[in-house]
Amino acid sequence: MKYTLLGKVIKQSGLLLVAGSMLLGVTTLQAEIKPAVVYDTAGKFDKSFNEAVFRNGVLKFKADTGIRVTEIEPTNSTQREQSLKKLAKRGHGPIVAVGFSMASAIESAAKAYPDTHFTIIDMVVGLPNVQSVVFKEHEGSFLVGVLAAMKSETGVVGFVGGMDIPLIRRFACGYEQGAKYQNNNIEILQNMTGSTGAAWNNPTKGGELTRSQIEAGADVVYAAAGGTGIGVYQAAADLGKYAIGVDSNQNYMQPGTMLTSMVKRVGDASYNSWQAGLDGNWKAGFQALGLAEGGVDWALDEHNRELVTAAMEARVNDVKAKIIAGDITVHDYMSDNTCAAPQGINFSN
Amino acid sequence: MDDLLLTLVLTFDAALRVSTPLILASMAGLFAERSGIVDIGLEGKMLASAFAAASAATVLGSPWIGLMAGVIVSCGLSMLHGFATITHKGDQIVSGVAINILAAGMSIILGLAWFGQGGLTPTLTYDQRFHSLSLPGIDIMDNIPLIGTIYRELISGHNVLVYLAFIIVPIVWWVVYRTRFGLRLRAVGENPKAVDTAGLSVTKLRYKALLVGGILCGIAGAYLSIAHNAQFTRDMTAGQGFIALAALIFGKWKPYTVLSACLLFGFLDAVAVRLQGVVIPGIGEIPVQLIESTPYLLTVILLAGFIGKAVPPKSVGVPYIKEL
Repeated sequence: MKYTLLGKVIKQSGLLLVAGSMLLGVTTLQAEIKPAVVYDTAGKFDKSFNEAVFRNGVLKFKADTGIRVTEIEPTNSTQREQSLKKLAKRGHGPIVAVGFSMASAIESAAKAYPDTHFTIIDMVVGLPNVQSVVFKEHEGSFLVGVLAAMKSETGVVGFVGGMDIPLIRRFACGYEQGAKYQNNNIEILQNMTGSTGAAWNNPTKGGELTRSQIEAGADVVYAAAGGTGIGVYQAAADLGKYAIGVDSNQNYMQPGTMLTSMVKRVGDASYNSWQAGLDGNWKAGFQALGLAEGGVDWALDEHNRELVTAAMEARVNDVKAKIIAGDITVHDYMSDNTCAAPQGINFSN
Repeated sequence: MDDLLLTLVLTFDAALRVSTPLILASMAGLFAERSGIVDIGLEGKMLASAFAAASAATVLGSPWIGLMAGVIVSCGLSMLHGFATITHKGDQIVSGVAINILAAGMSIILGLAWFGQGGLTPTLTYDQRFHSLSLPGIDIMDNIPLIGTIYRELISGHNVLVYLAFIIVPIVWWVVYRTRFGLRLRAVGENPKAVDTAGLSVTKLRYKALLVGGILCGIAGAYLSIAHNAQFTRDMTAGQGFIALAALIFGKWKPYTVLSACLLFGFLDAVAVRLQGVVIPGIGEIPVQLIESTPYLLTVILLAGFIGKAVPPKSVGVPYIKEL
């Protein structure tokens, strides 16, 4: 009697298990992937780089597919690798890592979990399960450089970088080329906020650097500095000068003094990676997104509409078309670590 | 020549802006440490005050209310420090570190809960901040060559908290060296037993010192978020509380020398900003990294070789127990 009862229980629970697994099967079909993102240490709400991934990637993906993206914000460098491995271990993928500083963490996590799909933004990691997405920031920066030079009355424009790394010098170099393309006699002041990760989140220092550039004559300042940019835009607004935002469209932050923003579509890149994971056609490899691919651009909206004249708009769009067509080749700082004059540019045009 | 002069004046001008929070915070530390309480929690108090000030200013729309909120929060943390270390005779370093961690965490958590912007507070509008003031008589002074420039660029054009910081230093000196409270304050930091024997309450004196410190530290924090910047960002104090503490040691716990130490730190910072990208003939461009490390290198060199021995108040860090 006892045994039969036990048998019955086993049978029934077995049935339940089968039913359960069928049910599970259905749910896993609906949510086939467990997408995830690891932000860099500047944090999700830097109003710039990371926030672009959050707003145009994570939120959009949730809205379109109903799938929640697991997010992790490491607060120090040692947590990067731990976060990636933890996510991989729990079966997440594709896992998007935001920022160049994730490279070594991705490398070690991707080796430890060869079946997990990783996507890294702003850096190239050559492993069979890693997708590397980089942007041609020099092309977008070239455009805002042209705009800055057209707006400047003093003939001096400024650049405030975050951490002093080749990637940020690429922004600076593109900007410099654009400004010189427009006005060969223009003077460009350049400052870097620092040489550690803290440089991405130091608005006070950003504000002081901007003040020093404005005191030296600059009237348009371009920031490529993550959260530090907040201080740059504030200082420019306080002193009645213009600033140019970066990564996200930051025109709304100081309406009236934000000349434009160099938009970098990191959100779209993350979104596409998760979408590809969902569609089952995620591919490892390398993508470089420039003006032609819509990876970078300049922002024109209601907040800066009045600052950009029709002539300026036409000029920038003309230059943009020339870059896309290949008539202008913007020199990439990272190709040889120098900022040489761009090829095929006639400065007297 | 005029250009050079202007650059120099503007560098000093930036130094004033940067050193203001250091001055206020180190004066706060001076009161605490002179009374015998190590105040390593300056950083946390500043951060909490910066957050409270920005939150209150953005919600209630006035920088003065923001300043008050900052001061109240900072005083609250000071009293917590006092409760742990004076009333319960706890370890002062541990309590201070706890305050730093508490402020760093709470400011982000409350910011997330209240404003939903990842721990930031909304950007303050024009009316919600302290602004630079133009001192009277700039036009008249402009006629005098050198002094005109200095007056216009260096002395005029700061916000009210900068002026307050510089007015506070002589007041601190006067309180510490010329009042009864100051005498007792110094005594309680050197020899609390003697003070106790004289019939004064060590506990009360130390609480008072911490309260004054709390007020000053609160002003320092509010300066960061509603005067120098226009919002609270996480960890925005960026170690300035510790630099203020270093300035306190550097200045041997004396108001005017502490002021000079703060100005030196501020000046080095301002110079570092302006030296970037400058090409020096024969040497070339100075690397950012070298410029960045200059203030720290100089601090080490000056501390090690030039200022002589820094002797702290004798009983600093020691809880007072009556029966001993």
